[in-house]
Amino acid sequence: MSPTEPAVAPWSPATTWVVRSLGIAAAAALAATIWLGLWVTPPDEVQHNLVRLVYVHPPIAWVALYLAFGVAAVSSVLWLWPRTRSRFWDRLAASAVEVGVVFTALTLITGSIWGRPTWGLWWTWDARLTSTALLLVLLLGYLAVRRVPGDPDSRARRSAVVALVAAVDVPIVHFSVDWWHTLHQGATVLNANLSPTIHGSMAWTLLLGFVAFTLLFAWMLAIRYRVELLSEHLEDSELDVALHERWAEGTGSLPGEPGTALAHSGGPA
Amino acid sequence: MWRDTVLVAGKDLRIEARSRVVMHQVVPVAVLVLVLFAFALGPDRAPMIQAAPGLFWVAVLFASVLAVQRSFALEAPDGARDGLRLSGLDPAGIFLGKTAAVTVQMVILEVVLTAGVVVLYGSHIRSYPSIIVAGLAGTAGLAAAGTLYGALAAGLRVRETLLPFLFLPIAAPVLLAGTRAWQAALGIGAGNTGSAGDPWIRLLLVFAAVYLALGVVIYGPLQEAS
Amino acid sequence: MWAAMASAVLLRAAVAMTGRFPALAGVDLRVDEGEAVLLTGPNGAGKTSLLRVCAGLLRVTSGSASVLGHDVVDDPGAARREVALLGHAAALYDDLTVVENVRFAVRAAGADVARIDAALDRLELGGRVRRTPVGRLSAGQRRRVALALLVTRRPELWLLDEPHAGLDADARVVLGEIVSEVVAEGATVLLASHEPEESWPLADRVMSIVGGRVVEERAVASTRRPALPDQLRAVSGGAHVA
Repeated sequence: MSPTEPAVAPWSPATTWVVRSLGIAAAAALAATIWLGLWVTPPDEVQHNLVRLVYVHPPIAWVALYLAFGVAAVSSVLWLWPRTRSRFWDRLAASAVEVGVVFTALTLITGSIWGRPTWGLWWTWDARLTSTALLLVLLLGYLAVRRVPGDPDSRARRSAVVALVAAVDVPIVHFSVDWWHTLHQGATVLNANLSPTIHGSMAWTLLLGFVAFTLLFAWMLAIRYRVELLSEHLEDSELDVALHERWAEGTGSLPGEPGTALAHSGGPA
Repeated sequence: MWRDTVLVAGKDLRIEARSRVVMHQVVPVAVLVLVLFAFALGPDRAPMIQAAPGLFWVAVLFASVLAVQRSFALEAPDGARDGLRLSGLDPAGIFLGKTAAVTVQMVILEVVLTAGVVVLYGSHIRSYPSIIVAGLAGTAGLAAAGTLYGALAAGLRVRETLLPFLFLPIAAPVLLAGTRAWQAALGIGAGNTGSAGDPWIRLLLVFAAVYLALGVVIYGPLQEAS
Repeated sequence: MWAAMASAVLLRAAVAMTGRFPALAGVDLRVDEGEAVLLTGPNGAGKTSLLRVCAGLLRVTSGSASVLGHDVVDDPGAARREVALLGHAAALYDDLTVVENVRFAVRAAGADVARIDAALDRLELGGRVRRTPVGRLSAGQRRRVALALLVTRRPELWLLDEPHAGLDADARVVLGEIVSEVVAEGATVLLASHEPEESWPLADRVMSIVGGRVVEERAVASTRRPALPDQLRAVSGGAHVA
């Protein structure tokens, strides 16, 4: 590509501004949560300073399970539905899953850190941790399918099916693992509720934590989406080159310079 | 759709009757798994009896991966998969037909495995209806989800490793519920009476219903992925 | 008059990809109902891909494509019931007998099962062969079974990909008869071959495809044809020298 080509701008300046603001807001909210969580709020009677994880672990878990996975599942349905099909949904689903993997892993890590001092174990098979671990594997499966080489349409189809099959499985897993514990006598000790009593400044900080991580998710989603968009632009320009090489097979000469626009069926979002 | 289901199921089962791949290869492997577990857990019967329900379902899970792979290997040679797409068959019918064929093969396998568990581990079956219903529901669910993922992976170069990786996590609830249902039916585990298995059987039925419905709706669009 | 004839296949600037490679790089093509068209061109030119687009097996990512009046860009499966493809591979189940294979395919397509015997007879697949599992047949016999399948289904659009490959002289004659017959009945035939000499007599028009595009088109005189033009022979791969 010639060095004088303009940099690709995947979306409008207004969108760039929105995303940037999102990032700033997320950073601010996170900073506030950390400050409040670590210094301002009081430690718990039972769990002492360990309780400060409550400002981080439940919000991350909520983002992972409901936001990320929910966005991925809904986007996949919207892609599969012929009337609403658009590459936007496919890109969004893929971005949501990747960001979701990060948050799910963080859920497991923070949950594990929380559990270790309480129970002396790095891992327990309690309902939530187990379900979350399975969710992580399901998300990784989605990413594995995404890596399979092929045309964008086929890839989108396979990914959407994986997302839906997983989405339908998650509630079933949740119930089955829950029953696993409630119906099985003898596991009640480990089920001891990690949830401390929340009051006063703790409640506000918790709320702020939810807001902060939601903003963080939204920003990461947008950034990841942008990467997806840019890689598609790259593929399209490679397509132009490939087309011209193909034409050259026929006439023995190149009819036009690469970069000559060909009507694409999907433009930038 | 139902006509096509019968047609495809009949075709798959007829091929199996001729080639006997599942019967002569998958069933022995599953039985072998039971024997190997005995090596791992024995020689006392007690741990084997305790673990028998779980071992049974683990063996079923792995065997179902093989059965689904075989189901799609039928179409692997020489453009037969394209043939199925072009055949004019209703995709929902293809899905149900293949699922049905896999279910039938798996049920036969499970009968053999059940006999194996009774003979090798010395388990006593207390409630036959529970075993049967749990087995059918669980198998149908596994077959449905497996066929869906099998179609997704068919024709891909990575299919042999991708299918288990995708399918087994989805199947985890069936393993859980099936084991609990079996524990109730075999009278294993503290305080387990015959009816304690009921919520688990219901879960298996829900799983099967959900994946059969999902497959019917989604198989068509999925098939179009080249 | 000519414009009023319905088009069986209509492609405009159609681009189709296999992975990252543009198999079709902007095809403009029109085939009318009742026509027999020969597609010729070197290996890798896109003949098979073009047929697969018509069958709905390959997606068009850019441009427009319609088969028998159905738009196949948004819904590749739209025309499948009326289209049949004789591909490189026979697409048969090795463990089933000839009759079982044909019966399955015919029932799947919703065609008349009674026509099976006549079609198998036509392609000289006799009694004992019919009861043989397809896996034990020779490649030529398998080709004949695949052809018999098409004959039984009697689609409106026939897509034949190198149909002469693997067929012996007798079978080739039968193929020629079949094509003439179905065209006379109003079906459309699209035939891809890089042996134009064999297929030339069957066609109304010849198109040559190179590098994923249609580069030349000419009509064939309906009476006895003259010698193959050198230009077309060179374009079709140069394998056949007068």
